[in-house]
Amino acid sequence: MQYQSQAVAKPYFIAALGLFVAQVLFGLIMGLQYVVGDFLFPHIPFNVARMVHTNALIVWLLMGFMGATYYLVPEESERELHSPKLALALFWIFLVAAALTVVGYLAVPYATLAQITGNDLLPTMGREFLEQPTITKIGIVVVALGFLYNITLTVLKGRKTAISSVLLIGLWGLALFFLFSFYNPHNLVKDKFYWWFVVHLWVEGVWELILAAILGFVLIRITGVDREVIDKWIYVIITLALVTGIIGTGHHFYWIGTPEFWQLWGGVFSALEPIPFFAMTLFAFNMVNRRRREHPNRAATLWALGTGVMAFLGAGVWGFLHTLAPVNYYTHGTQITAAHGHMAFYGAYVMVVLTIISYAMPQMRGRAANSNASLVVEMWGFWLMTVAMVFITLFLTGAGILQVWLQRVSATPSPFMVVQEQVALFYWMREWSGVVFLLGLIAYLASFFVKGRENAVA
Amino acid sequence: MSTSFSTSSARNVFYGGTAFFVLLFAALVFQSESETPKRDRREMLAANPQIAAGKRIWEDNNCIGCHSLLGEGAYFAPELGNVVDRFGGGEEGKAAVKAFIQSRPPEGISDRRSMPQFNLGERQLNEIADFLEYASKIDTAKWPPSIQG
Repeated sequence: MQYQSQAVAKPYFIAALGLFVAQVLFGLIMGLQYVVGDFLFPHIPFNVARMVHTNALIVWLLMGFMGATYYLVPEESERELHSPKLALALFWIFLVAAALTVVGYLAVPYATLAQITGNDLLPTMGREFLEQPTITKIGIVVVALGFLYNITLTVLKGRKTAISSVLLIGLWGLALFFLFSFYNPHNLVKDKFYWWFVVHLWVEGVWELILAAILGFVLIRITGVDREVIDKWIYVIITLALVTGIIGTGHHFYWIGTPEFWQLWGGVFSALEPIPFFAMTLFAFNMVNRRRREHPNRAATLWALGTGVMAFLGAGVWGFLHTLAPVNYYTHGTQITAAHGHMAFYGAYVMVVLTIISYAMPQMRGRAANSNASLVVEMWGFWLMTVAMVFITLFLTGAGILQVWLQRVSATPSPFMVVQEQVALFYWMREWSGVVFLLGLIAYLASFFVKGRENAVA
Repeated sequence: MSTSFSTSSARNVFYGGTAFFVLLFAALVFQSESETPKRDRREMLAANPQIAAGKRIWEDNNCIGCHSLLGEGAYFAPELGNVVDRFGGGEEGKAAVKAFIQSRPPEGISDRRSMPQFNLGERQLNEIADFLEYASKIDTAKWPPSIQG
């Protein structure tokens, strides 16, 4: 660690991992509710567990992005953060707001939460992934603005690099598109249309810039490849990402009351969305193959390569699987979507955050890499979680294919709940894969506490 | 990558390409907005304020946390974009939807998924039923493929 202020990343990473644990535990609750319908009912109904599962994911990824930014911007800019104190203050505000929101989800019925947080004044609640009370959303905007102010000043005052520019564009885009969460018209079609300006333009747009910047930063450090080469790859990847991803938004506009021209535009452009992810895979492997040094942190290298592969499979391949309108007509709103969502979020964004944590945490603890014993445990965590996620995705895909057939394609379509019971076997197998994922997460977390002889010095 | 393609040209392609496709997307959004009034049944919204009130009940009870609506949401419970039609259509369908919501046992159903009892009043039930009827009238390009959603 070259700059003192980089250390503010540490609480962000720790809190992110804490929320990751919560996310996975609530995922297991939901998975069980899929097969044991009355599990924890009516105390934690499915919709509440789902809010905690998805909102915890979003918040911990944002915390991971912020931690990554605070860690890498000083090094890129070759100066201390503009204000480490502000960074730390915003951390506590964000964490407390997130914790209070989760307590609100669990402690009172959602309608009561809407009432006591004044949803009547500016109704924004009750939409998928944007369930947070309006006041929490305002808090997110305040934290984001303070964060961007701090980072932008640091970047402007210091050395400008491709990595910091791309990261900054991604982060400003993230904040800008979040503002669409405050637009909630009565018109359901318009509501849904602009809802995607947050959701799609985040995960298939500006977040890919953040992903590429973080991955590029880690690859420069662990491979020693020239920055010039890495920068060029980053620009090519993000160009492909935005050229395909922006109009690719149209693949959400097939069946929600929007004009049918989107079927062609959305289909063609989103069918090209795997290309930037494939470029990312090539990028990671190429840089590691051309490495000029043997970095002792083999786990960070593994996470970086894993991000390339799993992002391509989850976001690229599983996205392509159902992105064309004639296919999506049958798969829209089934377990196929759930399968894609799980592997895409894990492969792209979870893994890139774990990549930077894997690289940066040992540095912040005063060493280039953890002991060999610790690395082995961390890599066990990598493989268990990654393989478990592959199986979760495969089982959900199996459930989805059967669901499409029984409920939609068959000459005598069966009712939703009848079909759910018929595919229960797949849900059980998904749940057991989830248990393996939890074991992998436990191994991963345990690796932070494994001592052993130290491998190398910083 | 070859050296003839420099980092600064890659950067320029990024800024130029992004700007072009942002503008093209903006043009498509504009076109979409101009065609949507033919499909989104906004005249129903204007004629019946209960629909907007029903949407608020939909949101305030986080219905999307279990159900999907026009295919979006959670996949734990049935699609509701066409539920009024599935339950018989028109007034009959709306009455069946209301009866279903009202009759959910507060303690759930042993071993099965069950919808919570939301204790909605008659007026709220009418509003949510009107909202779901409105959703069923939106032109979704013939989606879903079957009445089962």
